[in-house]
Amino acid sequence: MNEPKEQGFKMNTSALRAYTMIGALALIWLYFHWATGYIFLTPRNLSNLMLQTVQGGLTAYLNIPAFIVTLGGMLAWRGAVKGITESETIPVADATFKSFGQSYVSPQIGWILAAAAVLFVLFIAFKQIKTKKEYGIGHANPTREILQSLLPIGVIIAFIYVMNSYAGVPIPVLVLLAVALLGYFITNNTTFGRYLYAIGGNADAARLSGINNRLIVLKVFALLGALTGIASIIFTARVGSASPDAGVLKELDAIAACVIGGASLIGGRGTIFGACLGALIMASLDNGMSLLNVRDFMQEIIKGAILVAAVGLDMAGKKQN
Amino acid sequence: MALLEMKNIVKEFPGVRALDGVTFDLSSSEFHALVGENGAGKSTLMKVLSGVYPFGTYSGEILVNGDPKRFANVRAAEQAGIAIIFQELSLVKELTVGENIFLGREPARFGVIDSAMLYKRAAELLNDLNLPINAHTKIANLGIGQQQLVEIAKALSQDAKILVLDEPTAALTESEVKTLFGILEKLKTRGVGMIYISHKLGEVFRMSDRITVLRDGKTVGTNATKDSSIERVIALMVGREVGDIFPKTSHEFGETALEVKNLNVFDTDVTDKKIVDDISFSVKKGEVLGIAGLMGAGRSELLMAIFGAWNGKNSGEVFVEGRKVDIDSPSEAIEKGIGFVTEDRKRFGLLLEQNLLDNLTLAGLKQISGVFITHRSRETVAAQKSMKDLRVKANSPFTVANTLSGGNQQKVVLGKWLLTNPKILFLDEPTRGIDVGAKQEIYAEINKLAKEGLAIVMVSSELPEVMGLSDRILVLHEGRLTGEFTRTEATAEKVMARATGNV
Repeated sequence: MNEPKEQGFKMNTSALRAYTMIGALALIWLYFHWATGYIFLTPRNLSNLMLQTVQGGLTAYLNIPAFIVTLGGMLAWRGAVKGITESETIPVADATFKSFGQSYVSPQIGWILAAAAVLFVLFIAFKQIKTKKEYGIGHANPTREILQSLLPIGVIIAFIYVMNSYAGVPIPVLVLLAVALLGYFITNNTTFGRYLYAIGGNADAARLSGINNRLIVLKVFALLGALTGIASIIFTARVGSASPDAGVLKELDAIAACVIGGASLIGGRGTIFGACLGALIMASLDNGMSLLNVRDFMQEIIKGAILVAAVGLDMAGKKQN
Repeated sequence: MALLEMKNIVKEFPGVRALDGVTFDLSSSEFHALVGENGAGKSTLMKVLSGVYPFGTYSGEILVNGDPKRFANVRAAEQAGIAIIFQELSLVKELTVGENIFLGREPARFGVIDSAMLYKRAAELLNDLNLPINAHTKIANLGIGQQQLVEIAKALSQDAKILVLDEPTAALTESEVKTLFGILEKLKTRGVGMIYISHKLGEVFRMSDRITVLRDGKTVGTNATKDSSIERVIALMVGREVGDIFPKTSHEFGETALEVKNLNVFDTDVTDKKIVDDISFSVKKGEVLGIAGLMGAGRSELLMAIFGAWNGKNSGEVFVEGRKVDIDSPSEAIEKGIGFVTEDRKRFGLLLEQNLLDNLTLAGLKQISGVFITHRSRETVAAQKSMKDLRVKANSPFTVANTLSGGNQQKVVLGKWLLTNPKILFLDEPTRGIDVGAKQEIYAEINKLAKEGLAIVMVSSELPEVMGLSDRILVLHEGRLTGEFTRTEATAEKVMARATGNV
């Protein structure tokens, strides 16, 4: 009786892992180092998206496990990159392009953005009070809602203040925030997002409830492609050159970040916020160990151990349920 | 002395007493049939015997040749000479017949398998049983019937003295059944005692020496086959009174809501095997149509195919409110106004680790919330109303589904489908594994929905339930429609006779 269940499993993993990966991959890649690494071309974003869609199609319609499609795809496309670049590192000449990865917004603009964000937080708070009243859900308590929004407002102001005290907010960080917000919106406020969790939680139940599982999985891969595009632009710009073997093994950092952030490898559970947090933890480790002059090989051992421990904890938690 | 005695076996699952003091015995060279409705406890009893439920998880006594036995696992039962052949075969498909027969007991020297010896012994064994099967053939290349015979050969190679066969002929063709029975006759002459579980009373009467009937986890009778009759066995199986525990209110029916013509459903693996064979029926608004039948009769598959959720081939015509519809996916079925409370809520119904709100709104999300953007507040209102209407006992819509009792979980699945505003509602085993109180509430809800004009098609293995709730009953046997009764015509005996194919 267990066999069909496991079949569902594969589906879960493919959909949800891909989805949680998007969040973390984008974030991590943005902030650190990812590029599939060939010369930047404007249509690249688009082509990336299409390639990912092909991979999504293989997973969703031919039932090839997502892991294999991704692994195979990674090898193949990396080979293609080597072919195109003839295995050489290509420097970025265009100054505007470089600025995507290397420049900062001026402190004034930083404060303007902060003001906009604060207004947005207040707007959300008021809107919630209104809907709660309108639908008569819970106890609409305006004071509490406003008090609750003080924390994010404080965080926004502190963040801008700290950033401005150096050189302003880096562009990649802004992109990260934009992608994270978009991801948050998709996962929490769209039918598409809800279906992702449903497919991850129980693919059979989702299908029988009228969800087109295959189409959703396909869309997830397309989205992954788009985000990979954004990430690679930022990374290439930040490093100032595109090398064929850039970003090797970063996918493992991404998975580790998601899992540390509470995403389940089995599917159905995980948040953008958690993935951001996980990425921050991984990045802090990286950065901190480098500052402490921990030797390179030790850093790798520690990160590897953390990845295994995080997944182990996830599985142990699963078993208890 | 009896080859096997089982005394006063009691086995409890949370909330259910699956076996309630069952006593059973078997002599050598005896063919003893074990019959009963779905859920009567036959499979549970055999799992106790074969060590699947180890000693300590049940109470009672098992004696083999007069010796008390306490099996800690399946292996221990096998060593005592008990072999069980389950409905789902346990052969490794990618290995050969010979390799499967000696799996785990390969003739070997210093850890190296002696293949020549293995195949020689396998061939001897197959020969001895007159099985026309080559020991070098891969299991994957054999039909289900032949695989079953390999399982039996495997059991005998382990010197089984007690052979348990659970619905062995369910997937077999007639000639395969003949071969199987030939072998079983042969085993009888060698002193093997056989316990034979089957719904097919014809076979039972043809083969068995004695028949034991189980009902609701109790032994209700053991009789020599020659002193018994099919009618008598059916009466014992059905037993209980279909009393007035289901207050059925009558009301007028509306026009035809759903009509199905010449529906055929084919197996997903064996694509030319019909699981549902040329079935036509219709159901009116306000009517409850019950579908009775035994496990494997094709009832769920019938509903799945109409709902666009069947993975294999199917053919036939479906009309919703008089218009022909072409439903290829559950989303199209929902659009046409069909809801489907699927069987096995944990596997097919619920997102167990997500909250009730997510579960309740899943199927009707686009209607309740929005096509692209969701509105949490609208959903909360809908979920709260649904929980109140169905009396789901939970703190809030944000309670996680797997913390609820079975009855409340079942109500959530029902609620999910009612939130799609269906005109036609399919119910597959709507009260399986839930307590009596929740059952009554679901029955009341079904009656209420019918009164409101919903057309309801209900599949259930519980005969009293089908008879108590339905206005009309269809009986399926091996994919074919073998009977149709109105509420007043139907008796448990008549329905059971049709369901077992003994008309």
